[in-house]
Amino acid sequence: MSEWWTYTLADIKSFSLPTYYRLFELYNAAIWPAQIVGIGAGLAIWALLGSGRHTWRRRVIAAILAACWLWVAIAFHAHRYATLTWSARYYAWGFGIEAALLLWTGVIRGRLVLERRRAGLAIFLFALVVQPLIGLLLGRTWRQVEIFGVAPDPTAVATLGLILTATGRVRWELLAVPLFWCAISGATLASMKAPDAWIPLAAALVTVSLGAWRTLALRRGRSPRGDNTG
Amino acid sequence: MPSPPTLNRRALLSSLVAAGASVVLRPLTAAGQSRTILTRAIPSTGERLPLVGLGSWITFNVGDDVLARDSCAQVISAFFQEGGRVIDSSPMYGSSQEVIGYGLNKLGRPSQLFSADKVWISSGWRGPSQIEESRRHWGVPRFDLLEVHNLTSWEEHLPTLFAMKKAGRVRYVGVTTSEGRRHDEMEKVMRSQPLDFVQVTYNVVDREVEDRILPLARERRIAVICNRPFRQGALIHQVARFPLPSWAGEIDCKNWAQLLLKFIVSHPAVNCAIPATSRADHVRENVGASYGRLPDEAMRRRIVAYVQAL
Repeated sequence: MSEWWTYTLADIKSFSLPTYYRLFELYNAAIWPAQIVGIGAGLAIWALLGSGRHTWRRRVIAAILAACWLWVAIAFHAHRYATLTWSARYYAWGFGIEAALLLWTGVIRGRLVLERRRAGLAIFLFALVVQPLIGLLLGRTWRQVEIFGVAPDPTAVATLGLILTATGRVRWELLAVPLFWCAISGATLASMKAPDAWIPLAAALVTVSLGAWRTLALRRGRSPRGDNTG
Repeated sequence: MPSPPTLNRRALLSSLVAAGASVVLRPLTAAGQSRTILTRAIPSTGERLPLVGLGSWITFNVGDDVLARDSCAQVISAFFQEGGRVIDSSPMYGSSQEVIGYGLNKLGRPSQLFSADKVWISSGWRGPSQIEESRRHWGVPRFDLLEVHNLTSWEEHLPTLFAMKKAGRVRYVGVTTSEGRRHDEMEKVMRSQPLDFVQVTYNVVDREVEDRILPLARERRIAVICNRPFRQGALIHQVARFPLPSWAGEIDCKNWAQLLLKFIVSHPAVNCAIPATSRADHVRENVGASYGRLPDEAMRRRIVAYVQAL
């Protein structure tokens, strides 16, 4: 792209905000009642997080999360979003890669040990409960809301929160795709002047800040305050 | 629907001479009234096109939403009813090509269509397959105009397009750019290639093309299509807060859209502006700029000064 510096957010826009919201309306109608399964998956993760650190539990959490990413890759990006933008096929691959990473790291190798860290859990709960409600408050109808497990934004934001609860070093390799998606989604929504554009961007910013702070703290040879900041 | 402008035929014709436009009488009402649509000739052939066309960026990218597709079909229907001909799209515009094809099918393939599409792919050898896919989306036997979108790999695509033109598989060839980008390169292509059309951004605020591109188009006898006439709607939103100047009536403008469009199409080098809209009432307003008197040079300066002062 020549003269790339002359491009603005408005230039990358290829559909209108009503069309984007309508996309979710049609998608939600087509996949019903998968939304209930998505919410159930989120609640199951929440329950499993609070029931100890047994190996099988951590593997189940990773498997649920991977299944959500794979669903969004195929059902949303490849089948729905691709009708509006050619770039959706690449988003589908990105979500598929995240699903594979979660499977490899969390299910096959069992290296994703999640704990009840406050900040990470707060982000996860925000994506599960608050994010759909904010959409309603900011102009979407209830048919157009995005639900964890079946829609990209809350799935990505919830994953950011969950990965931040992992023990040991910050799992940047698992954060990369959700962070990238939050940036893409935020820019897309901002280009259409959507009132909820700040949500994925804010989630990404908070995650990067917390992750960087924890990484620096670990490099200095001490655990972040109370080791409970994820 | 706005009523057709009424004016003295002699006054109309005299106001058009300076702008190089001409008129075509067409029937409008059952009462036998007629009104005149303004057209301008494509320099390379003399074929005449109405001054206002229909763009499809963003507005027609509605995916497989049947309700929205039907709404777009209504826009296309209103466009043809008002006398429009040129519809413009690109493979870059998501589902817009399919939506246009859907609308054309629904309307029984109107014969007045002038189909303008683009090739937009970095690989030259994949250009023909992309063009064929676009043609299938539209459902037309051939495109009237094919342009290289944003000058993407134009060195590779133009030979393909010229070969298609020679074989009768497209009628006109051109290149496009937008938002004032790559004008140096555009100028180079205009000077070196036998183009029929160029497409550039031109509106009352973005007037860089007045310096070099539009004069060069006249010199090289290249038709000009103008995109982003309303700056993606931002210009309309900006001016709509203010009253339409009373003197807009002197050039038969009933709304801001018509005033902004008439500024564009009154430039003697410009053949057509292609505003995009998702509303049938707006497309009627837009095509309304193809009727009545056009501003002369003094009025054009007045429009610029007025908008700049807002």
